[in-house]
Amino acid sequence: MPPMRVLRLHVNGDELELAAPEHWSLLEVLRYRAGLTGSKQGCDKGDCGACTVLIDGEPQLACLLVPATLEGRAITTIEGLAPAHRRAGGEGVDPVQDAFDQCGALQCGFCQPGMILSAKALLTRNPQPSHRQIQDALAGNLCRCTGYTQIYQAVERAAEELAAAATGATGTDAAGTGEQV
Amino acid sequence: MAARDLHGPDAPWGDFQVVGKRNRKVDAMAKATGEAVYTDDIQLPGMLHAKMLRSPHAHARVLSIDTSKAEALPGVHGVLVGAELPVKYGVIPWTQDENALATDKVRFIGDEVAAVAAIDEDTALEALELIDVEYEVLDAILDPQDALTRTEPQVHEGRKRQDNISKHVLLEFGDVDAQVDSADVVIEEDYSFHGNTHTPIEPHCAVAQAGADGRLTLWSATQITHYVHRALARVLEMEPERIRVIQPCLGGAFGGKSDPFSLEFVVAKLALKTGRPVKMLWTREEVFYAHRGRHPMRLHYRTTAKADGTVTGVDARILIDGGSYSSFGLVTTYYSGQLLAGPYAFPNYRFDSTRVFTNKPPCGPKRGHGSVQPRFAFEVQLDEVAARLGIDPIEIRRRNFVGEHTETVNGQRITSNGFQQCLDAVEAASGWQERRGKLPRGRGLGVAGSMYISGTNYPVYPNHMPQAGVQLKADRSGLVTLFTGGNDIGQGSNSMAAYLVAEELGMDVANIKVVAADTDLCPVDLGAYSSRVTFMVGNACIDAARKLRAQVVTAVAKRWEVEERDVRMMQGRVFSLSDPDKTLPTREAFWIAEEEYDTLGVTGSYNTPHLGGKYRGGTIGASPAYSFTSHVAEVEVDEETGRITVQKVWVAHDCGRALNPMIVSGQIEGSTYMGAAEVVLEEQEMNRFGLHRGPSLLDYRIPTSLDTPAIEAHIVESIDPEGPFGAKEAGEGPLHSTIPAIANAVYDAVGIRLRHLPFTPGKVLAALAAEAKSC
Repeated sequence: MPPMRVLRLHVNGDELELAAPEHWSLLEVLRYRAGLTGSKQGCDKGDCGACTVLIDGEPQLACLLVPATLEGRAITTIEGLAPAHRRAGGEGVDPVQDAFDQCGALQCGFCQPGMILSAKALLTRNPQPSHRQIQDALAGNLCRCTGYTQIYQAVERAAEELAAAATGATGTDAAGTGEQV
Repeated sequence: MAARDLHGPDAPWGDFQVVGKRNRKVDAMAKATGEAVYTDDIQLPGMLHAKMLRSPHAHARVLSIDTSKAEALPGVHGVLVGAELPVKYGVIPWTQDENALATDKVRFIGDEVAAVAAIDEDTALEALELIDVEYEVLDAILDPQDALTRTEPQVHEGRKRQDNISKHVLLEFGDVDAQVDSADVVIEEDYSFHGNTHTPIEPHCAVAQAGADGRLTLWSATQITHYVHRALARVLEMEPERIRVIQPCLGGAFGGKSDPFSLEFVVAKLALKTGRPVKMLWTREEVFYAHRGRHPMRLHYRTTAKADGTVTGVDARILIDGGSYSSFGLVTTYYSGQLLAGPYAFPNYRFDSTRVFTNKPPCGPKRGHGSVQPRFAFEVQLDEVAARLGIDPIEIRRRNFVGEHTETVNGQRITSNGFQQCLDAVEAASGWQERRGKLPRGRGLGVAGSMYISGTNYPVYPNHMPQAGVQLKADRSGLVTLFTGGNDIGQGSNSMAAYLVAEELGMDVANIKVVAADTDLCPVDLGAYSSRVTFMVGNACIDAARKLRAQVVTAVAKRWEVEERDVRMMQGRVFSLSDPDKTLPTREAFWIAEEEYDTLGVTGSYNTPHLGGKYRGGTIGASPAYSFTSHVAEVEVDEETGRITVQKVWVAHDCGRALNPMIVSGQIEGSTYMGAAEVVLEEQEMNRFGLHRGPSLLDYRIPTSLDTPAIEAHIVESIDPEGPFGAKEAGEGPLHSTIPAIANAVYDAVGIRLRHLPFTPGKVLAALAAEAKSC
């Protein structure tokens, strides 16, 4: 058996204590120890972006991250988005998830957890991105189904929804992506 | 299909309630939240992890395999070699030449030799290192021209043919040679199409469990549950009724998961052997070697035409590099010729196609199976004819239009055909008349057209049973459960099925629950290939839903003592047209129907009408309906670097009726994106040892958001008389003409004819230099 390591990770607002082989990536720990299979493995080499998660609100590739270095950091996976939206007083799912659904951006869906988190991070730091800024922000997430067009539409729609909500809202961090440990 | 002609392609009553609307997909929210379960997300108690030992040689005889050290490694629970799975398989029954693990030879670098199941992947990988294989390395055939001429070595020995030819098809309709002398223009050129591969983001994965009840369950990332079921029974020598195959949520396929794959047999056998569940997940590198992607083709075309642009004959000779196994190759060889006979009429046509074996990863069906390559060659050649005659490239395509409700030169029946409207749409949207030929040097516009099948009459294995079947169960809760063997591979077929049933029953889509691609639960559907699902499963859904509706309407009419034509189902209610007081929720109408007819459940089926030319192979490529597409591409060619940038693509696709325009647009855009990438970015290339040049997503460059041209999709609705509410396919057709449209745009931009894909900067610079010299 490979050497094991006990990890204390802050995932989607929960403090998790997990034992995993110490050479495992964050992606393996999330998928095969924490049961959070929403983060996908497409290449295991940092090429495809399907494993993208948020670390303190920033999109990063879980297949390249060493989990022991992440203790004390806030890790958000796709499973964390809708519950954070509810905790912040919202209904249903995060507006980014809803926009992806409404715009047909989800075909096979395999790249989309990573894609949605990259889009979420973009809209958090830049609520009104230009078309080019959306393209840049998503350039690390490969999609093989859509040709990206409906993904751009989804991000634009989510930006509109968030802007509309912000005019009457309290300005909370609806997804909780930047929430402190 | 008794209920099929109730109201044809029209809405059940008045306007469509569901069809044609931008409805949400039935599974999209599960995918958006991470709830959707894909094959690798399945974790079973006590599950083992398996890995594959693969050949380092392109061609070698396996002399011996010693697995004793691997078996002795702590944590290893099972080791498997080819002798334990001796039965050959292959998706086409006439060409079954694959073994799950090598029994005599290995035929490409990456061919499977042995497998290990262990407590985790690390242990399995360690055990693979301990397996000793003794090989006798053989001369490898890597070039298809060599394969055509050399009879030694043979990639597959012991066949009736003592050579390396996988399939040869020669068909002639009319007399092409007789056209040459009378033609005003003859264009004869060589073209080539390179190999490329599907690259779904989800790698292949399979999980097997041998249950305490003696039954085997396989979960697999497949697009052909039914064929995998049949193949498992054959290879494992088990009764098919003891095997269950389930396709979980699938992370993309594009034809790359439409063969039975070695890992499916291996995990099943290892589960039976060890008594524990077994999973195998392929790495990205393994997916590149599993391949089954676009066949490289060398194509020679000769087109004869009159001065007005009318094509009088097309003569094609095609050499197809099949790689190491047959896969769908028999069909590929036919498709390379059979699917070119539209959207243009030519009275004389001949194709001579030969598929050969080489010691490389096996090729198979990638989106637009077998017909993308000849379409590229012919559409470029047609552009050459137009240029020679001084005819506008769109105009020459209009003049040769085959028409609707007609027959092609090779005997294929054409029903609806919106190709002219496709040309109109891209001509207007791209500003063709104002801009083509008038852009500054380095920028240009090109056009191309194409057609594709909506399913095929050829059911892979001969039988006269329906190609698609569905069952509906109407519950007292008001829920209708729809059981379909159809494979939703991301194209949205489960949503399509739900929309059609909801439309017929006047229900909310959310109250249709789809259970799909589970051989224990669902009636057979042949799978997601040949763009058949919307047409065939869709028609089966309508057939079933109309039977259920007839029961509900009849029972309610009887209860209310009104005429049946007075009863409507709409918006989740059943009501009387004449008496506004008579109205019920659909749920309660189901109760009345259940009292009248007992437990409510119906089946629906679809089978193709008898179609196809009356000659050997005439049913291959025969489809109940064809889709049509036209693309205009705008490119920019950098004459200093040789780099081609595809700026924008306008695409119009005739899908019959768009059952959901949002999903149809997604298919058109995704197809166009994939086609554009084949021109300038992607190449599945083996080096002189048969080793893949870059089996990773970094080296094999599928487009990022920044590499993808702007795509503008237009939907043309020709309303097919036999399609479900008039629908035809949308998932593969819109890839084809992307590629020649870009090639023709390069000609408009800088005056060079590029005939050999992919269009690398080196080829562009060489062609520019040759052009400059000839001027």
